[in-house]
Amino acid sequence: MDSLGLMDNLELKRYLVYLHLMNYAKSQPDMAMMAVNTFVKDCEDPNPLIRALAVRTMGCIRVDKITEYLCEPLRKCLKDEDPYVRKTAAVCVAKLHDINAQLVEDQGFLDTLKDLISDSNPMVVANAVAALSEIAESHPSSNLLDLNPQSINKLLTALNECTEWGQIFILDCLANYTPKDDREAQSICERVTPRLSHANSAVVLSAVKVLMKFMEMLSKDLDYYGTLLKKLAPPLVTLLSAEPELQYVALRNINLIVQKRPEILKHEMKVFFVKYNDPIYVKLEKLDIMIRLASQANIAQVLAELKEYATEVDVDFVRKAVRAIGRCAIKVEQSAERCVSTLLNLIQTKVNYVVQEAIVVIKDIFHKYPNKYESVIATLCENLDSLDEPEARAAMIWIVGEYAERIDNADELLESFLEGFHDESTQVQLQLLTAIVKLFLKKPTETQELVQQVLSLATQDSDNPDLRDRGYIYWRLLSTDPVAAKEVVLAEKPLISEETDLIEPTLLDELICYIGTLASVYHKPPSAFVEGGRGVVHKSLPPRTASNESTESPETAPAGAPPGEQPDVIPAQGDLLGDLLNLDLGPPVSGPPLATSSVQMGAVDLLGGGLDSLIGGTNFVAPTTAAAPANLGAPIGSGLSDLFDLTSGVGTLSGSYVAPKAVWLPAMKAKGLEISGTFTRQVASISMDLQLTNKALQVMTDFAIQFNRNSFGLAPAAPLQVHAPLSPNQTVEISLPLSTVGSVMKMEPLNNLQVAVKNNIDVFYFSTLYPLHILFVEDGKMDRQMFLATWKDIPNENEAQFQIRDCPLNAEAASSKLQSSNIFTVAKRNVEGQDMLYQSLKLTNGIWVLAELRIQPGNPSCTVRAPAPATPRPWSLLSLPGQGLALVEDVVQASLQAWLEPQSVLSLGRTFLESFQLNPVKLPR
Amino acid sequence: MIHSLFLINSSGDIFLEKHWKSVVSRSVCDYFFEAQERATEAENVPPVIPTPHHYLLNVYRHKIFFVAVIQTEVPPLFVIEFLHRVVDTFQDYFGVCSEPVIKDNVVVVYEVLEEMLDNGFPLATESNILKELIKPPTILRTVVNTITGSTNVGDQLPTGQLSVVPWRRTGVKYTNNEAYFDVIEEIDAIIDKSGSTITAEIQGVIDACVKLTGMPDLTLSFMNPRLLDDVSFHPCVRFKRWESERILSFIPPDGNFRLLSYHVSAQNLVAIPVYVKHNISFRDSSSLGRFEITVGPKQTMGKTIEGVTVTSQMPKGVLNMSLTPSQGTHTFDPVTKMLSWDVGKINPQKLPSLKGTMSLQAGASKPDENPTINLQFKIQQLAISGLKVNRLDMYGEKYKPFKGIKYMTKAGKFQVRT
Repeated sequence: MDSLGLMDNLELKRYLVYLHLMNYAKSQPDMAMMAVNTFVKDCEDPNPLIRALAVRTMGCIRVDKITEYLCEPLRKCLKDEDPYVRKTAAVCVAKLHDINAQLVEDQGFLDTLKDLISDSNPMVVANAVAALSEIAESHPSSNLLDLNPQSINKLLTALNECTEWGQIFILDCLANYTPKDDREAQSICERVTPRLSHANSAVVLSAVKVLMKFMEMLSKDLDYYGTLLKKLAPPLVTLLSAEPELQYVALRNINLIVQKRPEILKHEMKVFFVKYNDPIYVKLEKLDIMIRLASQANIAQVLAELKEYATEVDVDFVRKAVRAIGRCAIKVEQSAERCVSTLLNLIQTKVNYVVQEAIVVIKDIFHKYPNKYESVIATLCENLDSLDEPEARAAMIWIVGEYAERIDNADELLESFLEGFHDESTQVQLQLLTAIVKLFLKKPTETQELVQQVLSLATQDSDNPDLRDRGYIYWRLLSTDPVAAKEVVLAEKPLISEETDLIEPTLLDELICYIGTLASVYHKPPSAFVEGGRGVVHKSLPPRTASNESTESPETAPAGAPPGEQPDVIPAQGDLLGDLLNLDLGPPVSGPPLATSSVQMGAVDLLGGGLDSLIGGTNFVAPTTAAAPANLGAPIGSGLSDLFDLTSGVGTLSGSYVAPKAVWLPAMKAKGLEISGTFTRQVASISMDLQLTNKALQVMTDFAIQFNRNSFGLAPAAPLQVHAPLSPNQTVEISLPLSTVGSVMKMEPLNNLQVAVKNNIDVFYFSTLYPLHILFVEDGKMDRQMFLATWKDIPNENEAQFQIRDCPLNAEAASSKLQSSNIFTVAKRNVEGQDMLYQSLKLTNGIWVLAELRIQPGNPSCTVRAPAPATPRPWSLLSLPGQGLALVEDVVQASLQAWLEPQSVLSLGRTFLESFQLNPVKLPR
Repeated sequence: MIHSLFLINSSGDIFLEKHWKSVVSRSVCDYFFEAQERATEAENVPPVIPTPHHYLLNVYRHKIFFVAVIQTEVPPLFVIEFLHRVVDTFQDYFGVCSEPVIKDNVVVVYEVLEEMLDNGFPLATESNILKELIKPPTILRTVVNTITGSTNVGDQLPTGQLSVVPWRRTGVKYTNNEAYFDVIEEIDAIIDKSGSTITAEIQGVIDACVKLTGMPDLTLSFMNPRLLDDVSFHPCVRFKRWESERILSFIPPDGNFRLLSYHVSAQNLVAIPVYVKHNISFRDSSSLGRFEITVGPKQTMGKTIEGVTVTSQMPKGVLNMSLTPSQGTHTFDPVTKMLSWDVGKINPQKLPSLKGTMSLQAGASKPDENPTINLQFKIQQLAISGLKVNRLDMYGEKYKPFKGIKYMTKAGKFQVRT
């Protein structure tokens, strides 16, 4: 550093030293440690640049030992008067968190960081948001970025004035907020729209994300909705004139956007036309979007382009272009004829891979428009010999089999394939088998020998079980009932869906929330590829809630549902042919239930234990309580709804707190089945209110439910009855009565419940926490004398105290509110102006819980004192057959812990008084 | 946020690495090399490459791969935009961005990179701010540095970072105050066989070179601002003023910067200034093909078209070409099959043409695909969209600056199918 001696300016010298230290710090942290004292001193320097640099350099020394020394200077810098220092310090918190997360939390830096969101300087706000987002990434469940209308306002103000990078962080943060109604959504959209004109493409795409998400909440009739749609198109188009890497990311996102809202770009087809020197990854993406945008209005243009592409050099691209022509034909019926003639022209070129690809798509066209374009079969047959790819051969065989009656030499053609039967791939073998059987059923006289031959080849000489099975089925069908065989084999085929490769609506909705991120590039939710270890929070589009109309329930909000009803449509996925083959026989058989990564711990023994019986459904008869059957299926009952209203009326009278339904099993994790629900307690009975939604494309049937062993022995008291099959996009509400006679196992946390739900598709597992108050029984009021005696017996050290803040209720109101949840007031007295309430409650397993509630009039907080009995009295009350004493004790301990432990208390607290906020102090253990 | 950056040359050597957080091992680049091998051509390497623990995002510029390593979910565009900014900064500092230049200036490169990101968060990406802090190398300074052992780091504290207009440094002083604006438009077009336009759009930019003393506040107004409905601005432009009055009002950064870029895609607004007449034919029987192209002006508003170059990737079957140009020079590379013809100016009285024959591989069938012709050209003093600046005013300072506006139209991706 001597070289710096040339300069006189002392401040500058220090500045330079820091620049060098920063590089040094990473490679030689131990040496850098010696400079710590200087950092601490320099954080007080009068020059803000020096202060900022000191704090910046500090964070670069990735040594655990010295982090403690950094806390004080960092705290000062976070509150510095100069925004440049605060902004640098905000980033330093993220650095420190990376080195020692616990320290950052203990020192309260996270709260300081949260306060910085309301800072007056936009740069500080942006950096605070960026730092918090990064920290939140490693704590997905934390509520670091909980936003309210005030902080949103701050962010929107900062958005206009901070750097481009800051804008990205702020916009991404905004996208996680859910406005309370459409008016708020609109006002945010209005303030975000100018960002669409930013030169930085990342800012543009983040703004698009916010708008796409919040648009969901706007009514389509609104003028503003139309304006917004128009404003979205130009920036997206502009992204396509950027560098190829940016184009690629933009195109992957546009692919999602056109699936969600095709109207935005429907007039912009031309910008997706491929330039011959685009990189291949851009070409393929453009082609995909062209197909999605193809409509009757622009199909002529699109076809002309595709034809052009089909003569290019790159083989992958040409193949995809040919396939695209076929997809156009299937999508736009009016264009089918032109597409077929284009394909025929391409076949004339005799370029091998073009011909093969063309034949594969022509097969799909035949499938979609039967008996329309058979005239081309002759041309296809000419190319029979040049086909060497299995997919093309199989397609050709399918065509020959399907139209066997029109092809004079069908038997010869198929026979020629049969010669090398064992060398063919399975796909071709299966197809050949089916085609020959079709041929036999159509021309039984001439082809008997051929069918014999193929059946024996398939059943006797093959070691492929699929092929053998199919062979046997045909054989038996043909030998027992040829008429039935005809009906089965030559049955009318279901339609194929016109849109291919569509992303499932629920996944699409989630991906829309991830526009501009890696998830949008991979078209997979982050949970599918982000490294394990940290759970990922699922995002979903906000439901549409209008400020003036509240009748609309969230479920009916348009959540990107597929247009119209398509009962028999199978999605033509990439492996269409495979589906087609199977469809000759019947619906595809779903694979064996695989334990997915979402399986919770302990769910395995659930599977092993009860599932077989569950599926069998015979020995699954549980005692039902009187109220249960009436409630079952009430919401879907139509004529009898008046009657049912009575029962549900009784339920509300009892007034126990019912939490709003929460999503327990997202559709993503359960192949389209979404389950949300809550727990209720109504006069001596517990029930689980479920709402099942089918977000898949197929019908769901055969529902069943089972619980894992749990702390309080909760078990379904009746089987899960879904009366009708659940068709796509249908929702059904079910109230499942629960009993507490199931087997007991202590869970962690105590109120954890693991559930398995089965339907015709698969078995799914999820776990949920039930509120403990559903276990409070009606006779939970303890005798006064007994209460006193028990209370005295409890040693002081078993006591826990905590405060409930912001509780505006007086003693009477609190008492009656608690009583509605079966927490009873045993006695009440007034000491020095404070109301003391003595409360008791009893759990279903017979455990008593006692508490003292102190309420000061005028003071919005109240204190709870809850003693845990040293030798709990109600032991004798517990009669759990077959369980050892140890376990009983365990349950008792656990229940009491639940009462005392903060996280369980939180769920109890809800019962306590709905609006109470618990802030438990540290409890003695 | 951005974890690390690797610079890789086309032969696969990692010649520079920079880590903003903990050090990520070089071996992570193996995944990149795999993808590179699969892609055959450098341009086709996918921009996003997943590895088990990281994601690699790369851009390919000046024959160098800039590979950024990220570990968490970061918006990919953010990373790619940042990489572009790195390339631009290098170019700004060293004139060219190439491997030898980066290696020669490795100290400056590290200093610049350190200032651009702090712990993966962008810190100073404006070249104005950076240059204030780290001086770009000049021959004189290099000599002085070698003698005195001093560094490139600036001799003033970068106070600009503290200002409310972070893009402009304080205390700027010039003896000649000047502000120049270049309106440059590029035409991207695809023309089909018959000469009709399939797509055509204009990418326009206004680049500025502003050397003004103090804190000038400029306004720029257009004759026909309605043309600009799809624009992106430099952060210095006041968006509200544009929304309400269609006037660009801004405190400019010092030196060169891009004020605005815009996009005109309405078909009727995009005039095509040149046409290409072509006759390229292969015959099935003969091993000779005919080749003839003529280039001529179309809608040029009376301006001359210059700097015309024609390039075309010929089909694989073409062995050689024997051609005669009416003007300019031409080359054909029999290995890459690339034909290029440097035409120069187009004289409307005597249209340039290139005629001759192609010799094909004997016995091979005629090529399936016809070559696409790529065109480059320049037209001075014309913005093809018709955009015109009305006036430029300066407020906030007393002196009278020199002002100048230049227009130019260029070919972007201009393709003619045959």
